[in-house]
Amino acid sequence: MATIASAGSVPRHAETAIAGELVDTRLVLYHLVAALVFLGVSILAGFLFSLQFLQWYPFEGIELLSPGRWRMIHTNGVAYGFLANAFLGSLCWAVPRLTLRPLLSKPLSWFIFYAWQAVVIATALGLTFGQAQALEWGETPVWIDPVALVGLILVAFNFMGPIVKTEGPQYVAIWYFISAFIWTILVYAMGNFIPQYFVGGAAAGAIGGLFIHDLVGLFVTPLGWGLMYYFVPIILKKPVWSHGLSLVGFWGLAFFYPLTGIHHFLYSPIPMFLQHGAVVTTIAIELVVTTVIINFFMTIVGRGDALRTNLPIRWFYTGMIFYFTTCLQCSFQTTLTFQKIIHFSDWVVGHAHLVMLGVFGFWLLGIMVHLMPRVMGAGRWYSAAANSWHYWLTAFGTLIMFLDLLVAGLVQGYMWRDLSPWEDTLVASMPFWLLRTVSGAMIVVGQFMFFWNVWMTWTRRASLPPQSVEPAPTPSAPAPAVA
Amino acid sequence: MFESKSGVFLIAGLGFFALSFLVMAVLPWTIYAGEEELTVTQMASKGIIPEFVDLAERYPEQFKKHFGEVNYQSYEKALRLGHKVYVAEACWHCHSQFVRPVSNEDLRWGPVSHALEYQNVLQRPVLFGTRRVGPDLSREAARRSNDWHVAHFWKPTAVAPTSVMPSYRWFFDTDGYPNERGLAIITYVQWLGSWIEEYPYFHGEGPYGPDGRPKSGDAATPDQTAAVPSPARGVALNSHGGMAR
Repeated sequence: MATIASAGSVPRHAETAIAGELVDTRLVLYHLVAALVFLGVSILAGFLFSLQFLQWYPFEGIELLSPGRWRMIHTNGVAYGFLANAFLGSLCWAVPRLTLRPLLSKPLSWFIFYAWQAVVIATALGLTFGQAQALEWGETPVWIDPVALVGLILVAFNFMGPIVKTEGPQYVAIWYFISAFIWTILVYAMGNFIPQYFVGGAAAGAIGGLFIHDLVGLFVTPLGWGLMYYFVPIILKKPVWSHGLSLVGFWGLAFFYPLTGIHHFLYSPIPMFLQHGAVVTTIAIELVVTTVIINFFMTIVGRGDALRTNLPIRWFYTGMIFYFTTCLQCSFQTTLTFQKIIHFSDWVVGHAHLVMLGVFGFWLLGIMVHLMPRVMGAGRWYSAAANSWHYWLTAFGTLIMFLDLLVAGLVQGYMWRDLSPWEDTLVASMPFWLLRTVSGAMIVVGQFMFFWNVWMTWTRRASLPPQSVEPAPTPSAPAPAVA
Repeated sequence: MFESKSGVFLIAGLGFFALSFLVMAVLPWTIYAGEEELTVTQMASKGIIPEFVDLAERYPEQFKKHFGEVNYQSYEKALRLGHKVYVAEACWHCHSQFVRPVSNEDLRWGPVSHALEYQNVLQRPVLFGTRRVGPDLSREAARRSNDWHVAHFWKPTAVAPTSVMPSYRWFFDTDGYPNERGLAIITYVQWLGSWIEEYPYFHGEGPYGPDGRPKSGDAATPDQTAAVPSPARGVALNSHGGMAR
């Protein structure tokens, strides 16, 4: 298995020899900072929107600050501003180091950076000024869609440049990256153009469901797992436990994940046999996910101390526990039995927050904790305490929000089924919505502590000593096994 | 093959995606391919809802300024603009247009949604919805008066004290009368579900013809032949909104 050996040795070699010219650290930093800016805007938008549910919205009657419009900025800002930028930044670091070759073109990389920020800002402005498209997660005004698609194609070329020059079998992270690049282009084109221009009605609903799910499953998930397969072994200084399970995980995901989209519209006018099929494939994914989770938890066996001593690893593995939780939840909630009660309720909102923030947000924040001092040229973070607070506030905020909305969804679903007056279901939801706002505030405060820490680390980068970025392995730990 | 660039690219990247596109998109697409997708003009020409005429009578100045006379053209314009506002304000993020056959939804809202109800361009992209903070709106037609909607868009808690819907002051002009967008969104919401057999003709006159007056002949009354309940508790479509069956 030449792949494993090279995967184990490449990063160390790169770090010492050619890190400087291989990775454009300034580009990585810019993408990560842009990601944090949009994360800040998105979570503030989400927090504001949550106040509407308490009848406390501070900007009532102001058109451009309408909660409905800012809800779209919340979801689109997270997807295209935060996640996409953080992924691009992480990939600008990981792909050159995995392939030992720089990206296709440095000017193209910078063009993509600026063009992508323009796309995200134009989207936010378009949504604010009432040009939304009626596609969930694709509310981007129709005139921006083709521009964004061209951007995604350029991204694929830029990252595939170094990848195609490598020879032989590839490391697992690269499988995920290659497929994610092509999938993202196809998914974006399918979801934004077909329901708008080519087909309407219930059939378009099927495509809309496929689009929502593929954005998570074929854009966010493969990039997230690819980065985990890269960063976890490097930080733990030991290879992934089982290459066979990595194969099962990748190919299982690639086969089953795209076949689940219709589960978003169960009991809808979409033909029932297709709904049944989507339920079965969704449950199948849970089995695939379990193999990946086993692989990663067997990898950390023997280095469990890292969960305590290494903050990025703690972010990663918390995200993996949430990932397993959310996928397990998915295999139940996708059944027709659960759907009777939870569809259209806050249960789904809780699920979505656990996936996007609790899993992929956590992984990307962990990567940022790992990378930002490195790309800033700082030896360590300005404040380890602020980073710790960031973790605990975000982790508990997410967990509380998830559990709160889960229960709220059940209350709503049963009250709806029992034909309670609609007004009563709102009254019953209020306490849950209050707790949701509180948990959201915890998340917001946590992120702003992190932003402050980024700023302090940047301004004092020259005076921060390098040794304590992460603690050295304890002497008693076994030597990292390299295959 | 399973670890090579070309294997991953061709089998997983292109192949599996193509398979899913075939099963999850092309298949439902072909199933409904034979069903005509109605244009707004076709839907408007099924007859004008009484609430549109009512708006013209209640707000003559504003109506005349923005829509002119009551006729199929102005009705079509109001439906188009109302739909645009509905999407721009993301109404569909808190209101579904999709009555499910479970959880007593047909008792609460009315007949279960039928696939053919979505075969029109105002359902492109389809507005099933994603979350029900407020009620489903697909059976909203004539359920409430225009006055109720005007008050509700101005200040939702005035008519529904526990409502968490935002107020939409920009649907009104400086004198507090509904403006172009206000008239359009009310028309659109009052239109939703006007095509079903159970549409309540509170005004007792049925759909209006192109001049805003009751249609002559039997089209003015619900077509009794379409009133046969479908075996699956599905919606029966009347001649008024009469989606081709």
